[in-house]
Amino acid sequence: MDRRNFLKASAGVAALAGTAGVSAPALSQGAAARTLRFVPQANLANFDPIWGTQYVVRNAAALVWDTLYGFDDKLEAKRQMVESEEVSSDGKVWTFRLRDGLMWHDGAKVTAADCVASLNRWAVRDGMGQMIRAIQEELVAVDDRTFRWRLKAPYPKMLLALGKNNTPMAFMMPERIARTDPFQQVTEFVGSGPMRFVRNEWVPGARAVFTRFEQYVPRNEPPSWLAGGKRMGVDRIEWIIMPDPATASAALMNGEIDWWETPLTDLIPALRRNRNVRVDIADPLGNIGSFRFNHLHAPFNDVRARRAVAMVLNQEDYMRAVVGDDRALWQTLPSFFTPGTPLYTEAGGDILKGPRNVEAARALLREAGYNGQPITVLVGQDQAPLKAMGEVTNALLRSIGMNVDFVATDWGTVGQRRASKSPPGQGGWHIFHTWHAGADCINPAAYLALRAHGDGAWFGWPKDDAVEAARDKWFAAPDVAAEKAAVAEMNAAAMSHMTYAPTGFYKTYQAWRSNVTGIVGGPLPFFWGVNKS
Amino acid sequence: MFAYIVRRVLATIPVMAFVALFVFSLLYIAPGDPAAVIAGDQATPEDVERIRASLGLDRPFLIRFGEWVWRILQGDLGVSIFTNLPVSTMIQQRIEPTLSLMIITLILAVSVAIPMGVIAAWKQGTVVDRTVMGFAVLGFSVPVFVVGYVLAYVFALELDWVPVQGYTPIKQGFFPWFQNLILPAIALGTVYIALIARITRATMLEVLQQDYIRTARAKGAGQRNILFLHALKNAAVPIVTVIGIGIALLIGGAVVTESVFAIPGLGRLTVDAILRRDYPVIQGVVLLFSFVYVLVNLMIDLLYTILDPRIRY
Repeated sequence: MDRRNFLKASAGVAALAGTAGVSAPALSQGAAARTLRFVPQANLANFDPIWGTQYVVRNAAALVWDTLYGFDDKLEAKRQMVESEEVSSDGKVWTFRLRDGLMWHDGAKVTAADCVASLNRWAVRDGMGQMIRAIQEELVAVDDRTFRWRLKAPYPKMLLALGKNNTPMAFMMPERIARTDPFQQVTEFVGSGPMRFVRNEWVPGARAVFTRFEQYVPRNEPPSWLAGGKRMGVDRIEWIIMPDPATASAALMNGEIDWWETPLTDLIPALRRNRNVRVDIADPLGNIGSFRFNHLHAPFNDVRARRAVAMVLNQEDYMRAVVGDDRALWQTLPSFFTPGTPLYTEAGGDILKGPRNVEAARALLREAGYNGQPITVLVGQDQAPLKAMGEVTNALLRSIGMNVDFVATDWGTVGQRRASKSPPGQGGWHIFHTWHAGADCINPAAYLALRAHGDGAWFGWPKDDAVEAARDKWFAAPDVAAEKAAVAEMNAAAMSHMTYAPTGFYKTYQAWRSNVTGIVGGPLPFFWGVNKS
Repeated sequence: MFAYIVRRVLATIPVMAFVALFVFSLLYIAPGDPAAVIAGDQATPEDVERIRASLGLDRPFLIRFGEWVWRILQGDLGVSIFTNLPVSTMIQQRIEPTLSLMIITLILAVSVAIPMGVIAAWKQGTVVDRTVMGFAVLGFSVPVFVVGYVLAYVFALELDWVPVQGYTPIKQGFFPWFQNLILPAIALGTVYIALIARITRATMLEVLQQDYIRTARAKGAGQRNILFLHALKNAAVPIVTVIGIGIALLIGGAVVTESVFAIPGLGRLTVDAILRRDYPVIQGVVLLFSFVYVLVNLMIDLLYTILDPRIRY
């Protein structure tokens, strides 16, 4: 029995125990109901959402720091800290007015100067922020509650940039903190969000604690993802880091934790059998699996070699390896964009559809001049989806006669090596695996992985003018119809160029105790509206 | 004796210096980049470069090593790349659970394993002996995490006697502290019990063949006196040696045990730091573990003189 099966078996038995009515440890019912114990996807190792852009940091930061705008479940940016905004007729001057009564956790009032400093820091690190900076004339506080952004050219996606949930999000911080170099960590964790960060209870790798901020003034609208009234149903939220999924599963069944963000798919049947546990899709926007080609070196500097691989790529194999046979969790994806979202398109995606043609792929590979050289495939073995995808890619490449140099390593090493532009035999690489949060792939705004501007592009450094031109069209698009056309053009161009290889679309589950209500699926865990009885 | 202790303490300095150089060099040549981890998946290569520069990771080996050693000499273990907290603070946050786990495991293992080994030697060749040795083989063979899961299922989920996971500081009460640690201690102690029981049995068998044991028997000494006063005392040196060596086993096992039982100790801190390439934390924890190990060995050497007066330093 391997470890994975052992986990399944032990969790299965544990589930039976759970259904048989294993009782929770004796706790003060009142205190327990006011404290939500949450197991996040990863360790909260640092807490600066601009400096460190890991999702887990963003998720925790959303409790502590508020945003000017927030995405709702229709993927629209809605006002959050902002009361009103005004844009000049030429689209070059944006004036924002803050809501009255906004307070920092240290008791000071939120001012426009704070927001200006926060936006300055964010814009250095964020892709859209950098675009705005490039056309910025000035960003100034007009009065305590008003600030103005004057641009040299219109930027129609301004509200999207300020409200998007892709990292780094435009979180607002007090001016003295926001003046920190964006490449240095902040040392104070003062926000204006619905919860305070309890610094002296923070044990990185073990626990992070948040308590309700009584002076927080929520909006009147109902909550919807990062928009609307963020009303807290609990006084205290404890993030408990549990690296072992079987332990987290047992702890959830035993009532020692209330909410588990990312249960292992293998453990879901056991959790479902427990009458005290609820299970549902964590994020309807899911993830897009991918492997990236290195466009700098042969054979993948030739589009024919990349397309040859795409011709035999069977996404079903990848998805079954990553999330198993539960069809509610995955679908094939002849696209680079998140299915079910307004701009989704399959334009140009035919290469990933229909029967796979090994012979044609081999012929195309020969045409591309592949001569049997080793293909260096980096696979992070400590990340389950990457390990699974790596195994499938290994078989796929071999099926078309490629000589695979399978580098089984850890994600930390992949993270370093993928940045190397050296030839694969000298510390470089040909292919590495990763995945993209579906929330990052709903449009080209934060979709760094799909950019194709050569040296400045994401790892693999693809270069294709057609992809970039279509992206520019999207940024300039005046309406949704134009946006859709631009995205379709971008998808077709990227498919033709095979910027990277999408391996399918998959979702994951989340699980919580049945006495917890108000949990909704979304790109991050939303704690407002969550109650515990 | 005092001179010996001074000599041994002084001898730890080159040992620790070697460990420091080794650990630093190993981390320097090991692949991986904390800047890439910090920057996240959406970061551009330029962002990663700037973060690397801001952390000083782009500077030459000798300069970084020199600065680190200079800080160590001043008692400063540095600051974590990720948390921005002093490494000493992070160790302080985590040392109590690990120390508690190791102490309970040590007490449990010694108090169970030595009687087991003695009895097995006394009852050599019988069912009791075979049972003890069977347990020892099992203890060596079954991985710590398997023992942990089985214990958690039986005693936490099935019987609901103890929690599945977590740690309660001792200042919140002895019983909750003990409740959280007993299963991890048993899981971690299994291999340790097996090791000590086997060496105790083997050494006792050898001692029980000695002439002075026969003499004691001839003088009418009781079985308990023979076993625990005459034989065990003379078998103690190798047993104590193995207990000392076993401390390394405990340190290694703590890493797995703390993960399985979600105990926020030094083992998990080490693993997390390695996965993220948090160099100052790895260096600090490894130095600490090495120091503890050197110290334990020194104590064992000193213990020899008490157990066996013939040993002189």
